[in-house]
Amino acid sequence: MKILVCISHVPDTTSKINFTDNDTKFDTNGVQFVINPYDEFVLTRAMWFKEKQGASVTVVNVGSASTEPTLRKALAIGADDAIRVNAEPIDGMSVAKEIAEVAKNGGYDLVLAGKESSDYNGQMVPGMVAAVLAGKESSDYNGQMVPGMVAALLGFNFVNGCVGMEVDGNNVTATREIDGGSESLVTTLPLVVGGQKGIVEESDLRIPNMRGIMMARKKPLNVVEPTSSENATSSQSFEKPAPKGAVKLVDADNIDELINLLHNKAKVI
Amino acid sequence: MSVLVYANSSEGKFKKSAFEVVSYGKKVAEELGTNVIAVTINIDGVAELQNYGAETIVTVNNDGLKVFNAQGYASVIKQVAEAKGSNVIIIDSSIDGLYLGPLLSVAFNAGYASNVVAAPSSTSPFIVKRKAFSNKGFNNTEISTENKVIGLAKNSYGIHENSVTASVESFQASIGDFGVASTSIDKAVGKVTIADADVVVSAGRGLKGPENWGMVEELADVLGAATACSKPVSDLGWRPHGEHVGQTGKPVATNLYIAIGISGAIQHLAGINASKVKVVINTDPEAPFFKAADYGIVGDAFEVVPQLISKLRDFKAQNS
Repeated sequence: MKILVCISHVPDTTSKINFTDNDTKFDTNGVQFVINPYDEFVLTRAMWFKEKQGASVTVVNVGSASTEPTLRKALAIGADDAIRVNAEPIDGMSVAKEIAEVAKNGGYDLVLAGKESSDYNGQMVPGMVAAVLAGKESSDYNGQMVPGMVAALLGFNFVNGCVGMEVDGNNVTATREIDGGSESLVTTLPLVVGGQKGIVEESDLRIPNMRGIMMARKKPLNVVEPTSSENATSSQSFEKPAPKGAVKLVDADNIDELINLLHNKAKVI
Repeated sequence: MSVLVYANSSEGKFKKSAFEVVSYGKKVAEELGTNVIAVTINIDGVAELQNYGAETIVTVNNDGLKVFNAQGYASVIKQVAEAKGSNVIIIDSSIDGLYLGPLLSVAFNAGYASNVVAAPSSTSPFIVKRKAFSNKGFNNTEISTENKVIGLAKNSYGIHENSVTASVESFQASIGDFGVASTSIDKAVGKVTIADADVVVSAGRGLKGPENWGMVEELADVLGAATACSKPVSDLGWRPHGEHVGQTGKPVATNLYIAIGISGAIQHLAGINASKVKVVINTDPEAPFFKAADYGIVGDAFEVVPQLISKLRDFKAQNS
C-alpha cells in the first residue's frame, strides 16, 4: 500500500493570533509552527500501517521552503520520504489540486489528512482528493475543505471525520464521528480519509527521537513545482474577534442574581 | 439565477440549522435580487420552511438516501441546482455538511467557503466572513468563481422569520452506486447532542473525579442542555471522547455555555468562544476563563452547582 499523508504547517495551538499589513496577512512574528494536530493523528495511523501491514509513507505539503522543518519532523517520526509543492497555499481548491496531482503521479492508494487545519482552510482538502489520508481540517483557515476536494478531484472514495480504520487488501472498514455518536462504514481503496483523534489515541502519538531526527536528515525531501492550478477563493483580509467586555461577577451566595441576568439581560434561559 | 439551500433533516425532522440556512439563503437571494429555493431529502411536512422565506421547496424522496451519504447527497443537491439554474448553494457546517461540502464544490465546479458567519459584505466581488485560526480570528474570503458553495456556521446568522407562501414540487434524482456505504449507526437515543443543543453544561478537572458528574448531568437536565467536558477530563477517561469540546475536540456554538471547574486554556476557549453567553464557575479567581466569560462565580462548584440546580428548578416551575 502506498500512503500519502498531507501535512499542514500551522501555528502552535497556544499561539496568539495577530495580523499585519492592514490586516491582510497573518503575523508570523514569534509564532511557533507545528504539524497540524489532526495530521499528527493520521501520520501515526500511517506509521502503524507501515509497521504492521507493510506500506510506504510519503508526506506532502503545499508551501514555501519555510515549511520544510515541519516535513522533516514528519520524516523524523518515521515517514519514508517527503514532497513539498513549492507554492504559497492560496485556497483549499488550489491546494487540493496540487495534492491530487502528487497523488495521481505517485500512484498512491490511500491519502490521509487531518480533517481540517487549524489555520483557515476548514476541512476542504480531503474530500477534494479522495483516498489520500489527510487530517480532517487544518487549524488555519480552510475549515475542512481540502480532503474532500482531493477525493472528488481524484475520483477516490472519501471518509471524513474518521475515528478508526482498518485495511484488508482493497477493503476498508472505517468509523466516522456523527452528531451524538458514530457510524460504521465500508469502502475500498483508493481512498481519501480526513481523520481526527480516535484514528489513533493521543497516547499513541510519537515524539521524534534522536535516531529518527538523524535519519530524517538523510531522507529524500523532493521539491516539485506547482501545476498552474487556479484558486477559486482568495483571502481579502482578516479580523480579530470583537474585544470582550469585562466579566460580570456574581456572588456565590446570590444565585438568584445570576438566574435573573441570564433570563432578563442575556435572555438565554 | 437563484439561490439553492439544502435544508438538513434527520429521521424525518428538520435540524435547527435548516431554518438558519433558509433564513440566510433568503438574505443572500435578496442581495442578489433573486429567489431562494430550498431542497429537502426524505422528509414529509416541509411547509415549515415557508416561515423563513423559502419561495420554492423542492422535495427529493429516494430510498437509496435513507442514510446520509456524502457522495449521494452532494450529487442530488448538484442535480437540483442545475435543474433550477441556481449558481449559489448554501449548506450548513454540521459534521455532515462539512463532509459533503467539498465533494459538492468539485462536482459543481464552485469556489467553496465553509464556516461562514455573516451575510456577504459585498456581492460583487462576492465576499463572505469565515471563521479562521480555530476561532481566534476571521477571514474575509472572496469567492471568485461563478458557481459558489457556502457552508454556514451554526448559530451565526441566526433564524429570521420571513413568512412567504411556497410552491412545493418533487424532484426525481438519479443516484448511482456509492463508494462508501453505512453498515451501522451507534447513537445515544433521547439525549441532546452538543451540535443541536441551545445550552451546553461543561465541566473540567475541578470536579475531581467522574463520580461527581451527577450534578453536571442534573444541571443539564434542568436546562435541557447537552453535557460536555474539557480535554484533560476525556484524556483521563472520566468522560467519553465525544464530550470533549475545544480546539481539537467538538466545537461549541451555543446560546449558553456553562463551564464548571474549567480553567480556560487557550485551546479550550478556541473551541467554545463562538457561544453567545459564557458562564464560568471556578474556585480560582485568577482562572483565565474569567477573562473570556460574560458571567462568573468565584466559588466551589460543589456548593454553587447544587444551589443553581435547585434555584433553576424553581425558576422553571414559575416560568413554564
